Amino acid sequence: MKPEDYSRRQEELAGWPVTIETYKLGEVYHCTIANVDPGARFARADGASREEAERQAIEKATRYLAQTRRFPVG
Amino acid sequence: MAAYTVPNVLVTTEWVASHATDAGVRIVEVDTDTTAYDQGHVPGAAGWNWTTELCDTLVRDIVPKDKLEDLLGSTGIDNKTAIVLYGDNNNWFAAWAFWQLKIYGHEDVRMMDGGRKKWLAEGRELSTEKPKFQKATYKASGPDLSLRAFLPEVQTVVQKKSAALVDVRSPQEFTGEILAPPGLPETCQRGGHIPGARSIPWAKACNDDGTFKNYDDLKSLYGAAGVTADKPVIAYCRIGERSSHTWFVLKYLLGFQDVKNYDGSWTEWGNLVGAAVEKP
Repeated sequence: MKPEDYSRRQEELAGWPVTIETYKLGEVYHCTIANVDPGARFARADGASREEAERQAIEKATRYLAQTRRFPVG
Repeated sequence: MAAYTVPNVLVTTEWVASHATDAGVRIVEVDTDTTAYDQGHVPGAAGWNWTTELCDTLVRDIVPKDKLEDLLGSTGIDNKTAIVLYGDNNNWFAAWAFWQLKIYGHEDVRMMDGGRKKWLAEGRELSTEKPKFQKATYKASGPDLSLRAFLPEVQTVVQKKSAALVDVRSPQEFTGEILAPPGLPETCQRGGHIPGARSIPWAKACNDDGTFKNYDDLKSLYGAAGVTADKPVIAYCRIGERSSHTWFVLKYLLGFQDVKNYDGSWTEWGNLVGAAVEKP
């Protein structure tokens, strides 16, 4: 099978830049979300449509990102 | 433009598409996100789980020799097999596997340049079938600990400045603004970096498509920070996989002779009672 409907874009979630990558394989859409820096995948979801997969992945990502604390520097 | 020191350590996505099922070749996917393999992988590729198969699951350590022998044997890999690794996050954990395979003496290990990211972006074939392999016999050698730094050595380096310490985490982790990459669990008590370390994030070694930068650009990148082949280098990150990536670049693409991965990394140093921490 070849992946179809592939897309990759950057957005900001909970104040952090992320990359959202989605593709369809067979009948399933796979969405994964990675932080831009350092580039680690940390949330993903599958769905019957692009919208469903991305919505679920974004929900998870937003929840995880909200737990990332920032500390004063300098 | 100069060539990489060991150019055949990298293969292209095109090469993998043509040779994935060749006799004597085994493609293996190793991902940070251990579910990525199930979302489609290179047809014929095996999948290794770094959290269970590439470490000691009791003690914090790399995979024990006998466990690696079993893993390789069950993946149909013998001592002569060409192992081609790839994975997500621009090959972070593929590099982690590469580093361990070299510690245990496997001769022919290669990396698919660009990893899973490039394979997907090129719209190449994916499979969700897990291939079955005929069991092989594997005998590991080593461990070659000249590739690995432990805490006491790093402590000595900090005191004597006897090697270049390279922190390959993001700038925000280096300064201590955050304790872990955004979205991932915090795994240390303090933020900052090991005193004297230079910040050269791993991603600076890569192009946008996930492939490695060319030799000249890589040499300039590390040289500009004073990291050169004439002195020992120790790379570290948070848990040792991103620094495997930088270790790979320095050792195989730039040809540094004395470069080690400190896999204890920040989750060891940043949790040590009384350890010196530099901020920012």
